[in-house]
Formats: sequence, C-alpha cells, structure tokens
Amino acid sequence: MAADSAEMVERTAGARQAGPPEGASGPAKLELIGIGKEFHTKRAHTQALSGIDLTIRDGEFVSVIGRSGCGKTTLLRMLAGLLSPSTGQILIEGRSLWNGARVDTSVVSQLGVVFQEANLFPWYSVAENIALPLRLRGDGKAERLARAYELAELVGLGGFERSYPRELSGGMRQRVAIARALSIRPKLLLMDEPFGALDALTRERMNLELQRIALATAATVVFITHDITEAVFLGDRVVHLTPRPGRIRQVKAIEFDRPRGIDVQTEPGFGAIVRDLRHALDEDEGR
Amino acid sequence: MSRERSRKLLPWVSTPLILVVFFALWELFVRVYDVSELVLPGPATVLESLVQVVTDPATWDHARVTATETIAGFLIALVSGVAVGVVLGKVPWLELSLRPMIVASQVVPKVALIPLFVIWFGFGMTSKVIMAAMLAFFPIMLNVQLGVRSVDPGQREVMRSLNSTRWQTFTHLELKSTMPYVFAGMEVGIVLAIIGTIVGEYLGGNEGLGYLVVRTLNELNAPALFATIILLSVLGLLLYFVVNGLKRFFIPWHESVYGQQDANG
Repeated sequence: MAADSAEMVERTAGARQAGPPEGASGPAKLELIGIGKEFHTKRAHTQALSGIDLTIRDGEFVSVIGRSGCGKTTLLRMLAGLLSPSTGQILIEGRSLWNGARVDTSVVSQLGVVFQEANLFPWYSVAENIALPLRLRGDGKAERLARAYELAELVGLGGFERSYPRELSGGMRQRVAIARALSIRPKLLLMDEPFGALDALTRERMNLELQRIALATAATVVFITHDITEAVFLGDRVVHLTPRPGRIRQVKAIEFDRPRGIDVQTEPGFGAIVRDLRHALDEDEGR
Repeated sequence: MSRERSRKLLPWVSTPLILVVFFALWELFVRVYDVSELVLPGPATVLESLVQVVTDPATWDHARVTATETIAGFLIALVSGVAVGVVLGKVPWLELSLRPMIVASQVVPKVALIPLFVIWFGFGMTSKVIMAAMLAFFPIMLNVQLGVRSVDPGQREVMRSLNSTRWQTFTHLELKSTMPYVFAGMEVGIVLAIIGTIVGEYLGGNEGLGYLVVRTLNELNAPALFATIILLSVLGLLLYFVVNGLKRFFIPWHESVYGQQDANG
C-alpha cells in the first residue's frame, strides 16, 4: 500500500482539476462534492468556502495550504464532523458524513483528528491518553493498553508510556496526540497544522516522523498547513486554497517517491514546486 | 542541581530560625521592659501554661467540639457548594438571575448573623456548624462555578471529535478539570470554617476552644489565653494540611501540586 501510493502519483494535475490524477487505481476514500460554507452573523454574511470538489484515494497524503483566512481550518472541521457544511456532500468510503446539519456518528468514529494544540489530558498518563478513544469506545483494558504501548513505540515514545504530559516537550506531546488519533485505526487521519506551534528543527524532525508513521500505517491523511515546504515535502498532492471565498485554486501532484529524505528539499524539482506555490500564494495576498 | 536542593531546603532552615529569633526578642522585650504578665506573658510562661492546658483532659473535649463543628460545617459547605456551583456554572440564565442575590449575600457580614442563629438554634453546636458552613460555602461555590466554565475548549473539541457521550465528557474531562478548582475552594473554605466556628463559640455556648478563649480572658489568665490561641492555630494548620494532602492525592497532575515540588528559579 505504501509502496504503490508513491507510484500512483505520476502526473501533475492541472489547475482546478481537483479529482485524482488519471490512472489512479486506488478506491476513493474521501469525496468532497460541492462543499460550501457560509457564516451568518448579525452584521455580516461570509462565504468561507465555496464549490470545493476533491477526491482522495486510499493511502494518499494530501496537504492543504493557503493563507490564513482561506477556510482551511473550516474545511477540516467539516471533515472532522465538528462543523456542518452549508452545501455539498462529504463521503467517506461512499458513506455520507453529514445528513443536513446532523453528523453520522458511525462515520465520525472512523476518523482520527490531530489539532494544532496537542490537547492532551494532564490527568492521564501518555498510555492512557493514547488509549482514550479506545476507552470511550468500550474496549477492554488489557487490549487498549497493549495498543497504546504499540503506538507509543510507533511514534517514538517507547519508555514514556507512564509519563505525564507535563513531563514531555511540545514535539513529544504532539506525537502523543498523533498516536491517540491513530489508536482507533482511523480510515482517515485529519491534521490541522499539527506542527504549527513547534520550533523549526523539531518541526523538520516531526515531518520525517509523520511520513514514516503514515507509510507504516498506510494512513490516508489530510494535512492542513500554511508552510509550503512542509506541504510539498509530505504530500502526494498539494491542494492550494485561495481566500474570499475559499476555493481550490490548484492541485499539484508531487512526484518524488516516498519515503522522502530531508535532502529531497534541495533538489531543483522540489525548489521549483515550492517557488511556484509561493508565487501563487503571493497572488492571493492582493485578493 | 545542588542549588535546586538548597532552595528546597531553605524554608526548613529559615522557619525555625525566624521562630527562634522571634521568641528570643519576645522574651527579651518582656524582661527588659518588665511587662505585666496580664498584658503580655513571656514565651517561657506561655509554654508552661500550654503544658498545663494540654494535660487537662477538659481541653481535649473543647478541642473535639471545635473540630467537630468545623468539619461538619465544612462538609455541608463542600457538598452544597459543589452542587450549587455546578448548577450555576452550567445554567448561565440561572446564575444571571441569582447574581444580585449572591453578591448581596456575600457582602452581608455573616458573622453578624451569629446572634440570630443563637436565637434560632440555641447555644449548642448547631449554630456554630451553620456559621462555619455559611462562611466556607461561598469560596467553594464560586470556585466550582469558575471551574465548570473553565474547561479547555481544545480538550472539549477532542472529546467531541471522539464522539463522546455527555456522561463520558463529564467523567473524563469536566469532572477532572474542575477538581483543582474544588480544592482551591476547599483550601480557602476550611480556613473560613474554623473562623466561623470560633467566632460562633465566642458569642454563645459553653463548649469549644473559642469558648475557652473567652473564659481565660474573663479570668484575666493571659498565659492560658495565649496557650489556647496556639492550640487553635495548631488545629487550623492540621485541618488545612488534611485538605492540602487530599489535594496532593487526588490531583497530583496539577501545577499547584507538582509546581510546588519542583519550584525552582
């Protein structure tokens, strides 16, 4: 799964062509059909997102970038079942996430979400934090602890299972949050600027770790960020959202094989993609 | 490392030192100015009296009465304070409609109500228990109310994204994150409960350490008065440390607990 996901991304999708690249063989994991979101307040009426169409295949890693205010967090909150879309449909493995303003809980329970803040529970140990989703689901204690230890190992926190969040650094806390999201073996992993609060060096290391974890678990990931390099480094595809209203401006396939080493960033092809995206994002500025 | 250690040890050295200096100056002052024992007995005299007071079994009956009244009042305040605090914290319109009453009842000097309680409930323990409960109630209730509202929105979001039931959100998140506030209220509440009991005993009845203070005053027995005050302070300290110990046991994860342990510069 991990191996062929790199192969699947062969060509660059043109601007506004939001579907999967032609020839992609994986089944659709997530489909966004005409998603839009309006916010109404007493004074204003804001079109946060409009006409978002996107299909994400099984095992694909999709980065979403855009300037602040382009609606990327709004989009993720809708995918996570926290905010209902005004228009359109979200399908996860063909099942609708939203029925009007009501969320289908059986679909939500198959998602893993990582927020910008780790939001760990300080009264629980690392293992208990990781196993919390399993506990809420009603899994047995032995079973969920075994899973928690396995995941702590996976995210590089072996030996810290009994530590408490206050004893961990910011990067380690975010690893716990990732492990917690993975605990239920989610069909889709949603990440909202998960490394936004970390320093540059930790962030770089976390990017490598996340890539490794995503490949090891064959996870399908939607990764929101405002860091272009990070988006290109991690993504099979990069979705560029442009603000007011939030729309997909372009979807770029990133053709470097995964796993990618940190050196890929110095390759000319990589630099060119980053530069193009930067120019495109700069054009958003004036809008 | 060694600096951290020495910082931790500092209060254990400084406190006895300050006490020794304090008692020495006290004794010196009393001797130099030849102060009457009726006004200010020296520490040596007080110690002598303290031994007498402590060895008198009647003192322990009084202490037991005071402790019982304080603890009973405190427990009533704890249960009612948590219950009212949770309800007011969860139901904003109720809190809004009751706020003027709550503010008014806080402003009323509650100690002034003791004579009224004596009329209603007699000179026995009941009037003191009620006084202790009234004083301890407000800090507990207000803290719980604040705690219920201070649940971190990010953590709430996590629970929501995990599809949690209301009950799960309550037990795993709201209850746990409100606990530090409950204990903060309890630490203030236990001290106020003792004050309520003692003032209650000053004003009516013939039991308790507060009564003993008034009696020794009427006997113009200043050394015994001092000794009783010391006993009251010890009782207060003891009760405070019990509450503090409960806090350490129940919320070891909270900053107010682990922060104390590794407080360093």
